[in-house]
Amino acid sequence: MNGEKTTGGLGRRRFLTGSAKLAATGLLAGGAVTASGIVRAEGIPKELPDHSRYLGPGVTDEPYGVPSQYEAHVIRRNVEWLTASAESSVNFTPLQDLHGIITPNGVFFERHHSGRADIDPKTHRLVIHGLVDREVSFTMEDLLRFRPVDRIFFTECAANGGMEWRGAQLNGVQFTRGMLGCAQWTGIPLKTLFDHVGLKPKAKWLLAEGGDASALTRSIPMEKALDDCMVAFAQNGEMLRPGQGYPIRLVVPGWEGNMWVKWLRRLEVGDQPWYTRWETSKYTDLMPSGKAYKFTWVQEANSVITSPSPEKPLNGAGPYIIRGLAWSGHGKVKRVDVSTDGGKNWVTAPLEEPVISKALVRFYLPWRWDGKSSALLQSRVIDETGYVQPTIAQLREARGVHSIYHNNSIMTWLVNPTGEVENVQVA
Amino acid sequence: MSRSLKLLPLALAVLALPALADPNLPKKGELGTTLKPEEVARWDIDVRPDGQGLPPGKGTAREGEQVWMEQCASCHGEFGEGVDRWPVLMGGKGSLATDAPVKTPGSYWPYASTVWDYIYRAMPFGNAQSLTHDQVYALTAYILNMDDVIPADFVLDAKTLPTVKMPNADGFVVDPRPEMKAADPCMKNCKAEVTITGHARKIGVTPEEQAPMQ
Repeated sequence: MNGEKTTGGLGRRRFLTGSAKLAATGLLAGGAVTASGIVRAEGIPKELPDHSRYLGPGVTDEPYGVPSQYEAHVIRRNVEWLTASAESSVNFTPLQDLHGIITPNGVFFERHHSGRADIDPKTHRLVIHGLVDREVSFTMEDLLRFRPVDRIFFTECAANGGMEWRGAQLNGVQFTRGMLGCAQWTGIPLKTLFDHVGLKPKAKWLLAEGGDASALTRSIPMEKALDDCMVAFAQNGEMLRPGQGYPIRLVVPGWEGNMWVKWLRRLEVGDQPWYTRWETSKYTDLMPSGKAYKFTWVQEANSVITSPSPEKPLNGAGPYIIRGLAWSGHGKVKRVDVSTDGGKNWVTAPLEEPVISKALVRFYLPWRWDGKSSALLQSRVIDETGYVQPTIAQLREARGVHSIYHNNSIMTWLVNPTGEVENVQVA
Repeated sequence: MSRSLKLLPLALAVLALPALADPNLPKKGELGTTLKPEEVARWDIDVRPDGQGLPPGKGTAREGEQVWMEQCASCHGEFGEGVDRWPVLMGGKGSLATDAPVKTPGSYWPYASTVWDYIYRAMPFGNAQSLTHDQVYALTAYILNMDDVIPADFVLDAKTLPTVKMPNADGFVVDPRPEMKAADPCMKNCKAEVTITGHARKIGVTPEEQAPMQ
């Protein structure tokens, strides 16, 4: 995303208030509020529902399944004023409605630079050339003859959270942390492909190029390419979706999503970086001094509470589970702490297995709300390198407010006495 | 010497070898179609700061003006000022350290090669790789001239382009993160006061929620 513009556009939002929203989704239908404030639903419906009496559709009804009609609100959303056109823009994963660590393919965020290419795999070629012993073109059939690997990694846009540098701006976990997804990727390690074509001694950099109309290109150091990068053709058990680079994309674990070049058509091996538009004009981080950081590849440790959140208000007093995600581009998540008082006091939240390096990790922390007090919910991740997720104040002190990318600061959700939750920043 | 002792050196030698690859895996060079240099050249469109990859051809800002008006101005503006949200390509000099930085090729981009490379591969938006090499040289010259990097009659070609020194060439440092020292995170009574400094809801730019489809 461009992300430069941080104001403007749409008029005042009419976000449904907590209780109105719950009523609208039918959760309060036939319910009652007890003396302790816990909302109780009606015990057993009086009528036998239709689905218990009549036949449902048969097995021929849905050759490729879609979620229940009651989950129709679980969709990618975008922020229209962010970019000049929908073809060069981004949409956001609905983190607030997802579970576990795997992002379903249908709601995995997309960032396109010239729209979504739709490529016939029969005519697609992957060209490898430059400082290699043999310049070669692979068909999809060629690629499928190599031994693949299956690896679970998150991918995150460098601009995730980019609208929050100056202050709390977008009221939702989807819009503030949703340029994020995690999948099991199946593909061929770059090391396998480079062993096959042979690298020349001066091979130090790799240029990856997409086959869409932006022909997006990024320079990647060969050390990283040979370490854990792969050419993926499948995501979560099925061939990549067009929006994720079908038929092949690069997987660059722990590094910014822009480098995971989609619709991959060319890998050139060289001895120095290319300084493409996407590693100079964009995806460099401007500091208050006027100097900019370049080659800001790693997505540093980050975490967020997905529920409660602005999209997931509270419904009366009682027990809740604080649900959240943590991740680190440097490796494994070691620990997640949660605060309910804006960072005065913290408790460590248990991590749910599996805890996979450079993948999303899930945490669940039981919490009890009295139904009347305000709370300030925060999560803070510490990764295996000892890196501690910073506050927005720490990040601003180090980098000012114009760097756009890599805002991995602690998010704060204000729980209001009504049960409504909103995105705020605290000092 | 017993038979087993005779075999010992062989056994040790085998142990010292790296694990043998499965002979049924693809052998080096077995898969893929070997490409001739002229085939590679058709796909190899990238250009490096040192000029590697620049094709024959040339152009000046004067020659670029007509192409600019026909192909570029509708989005980037007649003077590169940017229409609506489309990128601004002119001005911004001296703005990077201010509260309103404007990143243009002249104010921000470290290398002229990137301008050529990006125009050729991706512009005009929605009609990529439709410009001739001469047109791309001329447009690159037009943009660099708008930004006062080169004069209007400067002939840009494969020889001269790498010699163009961009104003912000020295404006970048390699990623120094993490800048913050790792400290043992505080768990109890970490601060006396917590003040809310801003509410997203009051900014009013979040897309409006649509009623759930039920």
